[in-house]
Amino acid sequence: MSDLHFKTISELSALLAAGETTSVAITQSVIDRTAAVDDKVKAFLSTDADDALAQAKASDERRAAGNPLGPLDGIPIGIKDTLAVKDQPLRCASKMLENYVSPFDATCIVKLREAGAVIWGRLNMDEFAMGSSTENSAYQTTANPWDLDTIPGGSSGGSAAAMAAGEAIATLGTDTGGSIRQPAALCGVVGMKPTYGLISRYGLVAFASSLDQVGPFTRTVEDAAILMQAMLGKDPLDSTSIAPQGETNYSEALKEKKGPWKLGVPREFFGEGIDPEVKANIEKAIDWYKSQGCEIVDISLPHSELAVPVYYIVATAEASSNLARFDGVRYTHRSEEAKDALTLFTKSRGEGFGDEVKRRIILGTYVLSSGYYDAYYLRAQKVRRLILGDFETAFEQVDAILTPTSPTPAFKRGERSDDPLAMYLSDIYTISVNLAGLPAISVPSGFTESGLPIGLQVIGKAFGEADMFAVANAFEKAHDYAQQTPKL
Amino acid sequence: MMPEKPHIDIDYVANLARLDLSDDEKAKLGTQLDDILGHFDKLSTVDVEGVEPMAHAHRVFNVWREGDEPGETYAPEVLTKMTPEQRDNQVVVPKVVE
Repeated sequence: MSDLHFKTISELSALLAAGETTSVAITQSVIDRTAAVDDKVKAFLSTDADDALAQAKASDERRAAGNPLGPLDGIPIGIKDTLAVKDQPLRCASKMLENYVSPFDATCIVKLREAGAVIWGRLNMDEFAMGSSTENSAYQTTANPWDLDTIPGGSSGGSAAAMAAGEAIATLGTDTGGSIRQPAALCGVVGMKPTYGLISRYGLVAFASSLDQVGPFTRTVEDAAILMQAMLGKDPLDSTSIAPQGETNYSEALKEKKGPWKLGVPREFFGEGIDPEVKANIEKAIDWYKSQGCEIVDISLPHSELAVPVYYIVATAEASSNLARFDGVRYTHRSEEAKDALTLFTKSRGEGFGDEVKRRIILGTYVLSSGYYDAYYLRAQKVRRLILGDFETAFEQVDAILTPTSPTPAFKRGERSDDPLAMYLSDIYTISVNLAGLPAISVPSGFTESGLPIGLQVIGKAFGEADMFAVANAFEKAHDYAQQTPKL
Repeated sequence: MMPEKPHIDIDYVANLARLDLSDDEKAKLGTQLDDILGHFDKLSTVDVEGVEPMAHAHRVFNVWREGDEPGETYAPEVLTKMTPEQRDNQVVVPKVVE
């Protein structure tokens, strides 16, 4: 653990401030570690060591001149391949965008640069963020560093695996139905999805616009708070971004808020389909909160079992519309068989998209089509409001909600590839949070007997990040799960 | 209400989606999607009478653009460089009119 690449943002920021290390040394450590282990993990689609070292050198020069920018100055942060970074490839792990290089930075990247962070590499994912195992990448499958035969989760599997393997100090992912929290749980790191609108989506390639959010992967809750503070804010380039409400000095809140809290446990999340080891682990975590004086409240989220169908209707409907822009005309793959306007679209799309993307485009087009719109899309939007109502009722009596992040630990690679429904059900505890637009975080809560990580999900009220971080931080600080690293 | 036995007419929907699928893909997708739609049947059991549809996580209404100031933009070469085929800063496509 003395290696720089396994340290936290707060530890490194203290070392940098004390002059005991440099950004170049940290960045080089991350580059060397990636060179040593990424053949096995395959977290990165591409890296640009020269570019990262140039940013690190600029950071060290700022600091030497007496102008450091804050806790993120000089810290290497890996970026999911769905967020635009100027002059770097932006492929969304799809053949459709094989040759696309972004001419601009996403707003969250602009903010990280303003905070001095070193933008590092392009991380693998499920194609267009559609999947729960990172097996839908058109380029490579990423392994879970805790057991290379298992999946890292998805869709931000590269971002989670890179953290577990020490290939970055923090990473960014995106979460539409659990795509940050589920891989974080499966890889034994912290992963957080903010309240909808808190971080600008400008420069995030749209999958389902009413659900998508950018968020951090870190080793500690404290680090997630640091990154969130740097990235949040209303952006004129994203009309769905919202001016922060309530307490947003999260780092300060972590020091001040010590509980005890009233914590809700939804009984629907511990029934059919949950792995017995996961269930026992989360019950133990709940008992720990109880032992600290927290009041544990039995709550009900009665429409939970409908979250999977609602999500896969709403998300695919939005995706079918968003992905219409990949048409073979502008920045995308164009089929050599394109002879006229129609085949330009159909052939280019048929060749450029992978199986899961096609499946979701067809499903989304169907639920929006004449004759089916009312029965599927409109009805799903109504049930979505009932799901939000369940949370609003629960939050009248509790400060935060505790659940497992994923019903099972990491499963074997290939195990669910031909069973999309089984894959969809692996998001069962995370998607209702996206439908309701709430913040949630996954923190490491232990390991199975075979050594696979398990994650505890803490769900907060809308804009209740400060309390959510504090609840998660209390558990993390009292346990050493987050400090453990896999043998690679 | 939902159709009795959900079934997707793949050819019809693929045409709407402007998506070319092979016969194998159609066969595989057809079976998988009918299973998935079967799972969606649960939705028909809920009473949604009088429930307002929810399209967005927060109660937002109209959003006005605050000022529309001219700003820096990209040079045409930067944008056309991304296209599969370009000529004189224009995007070239196959012939689309007879």
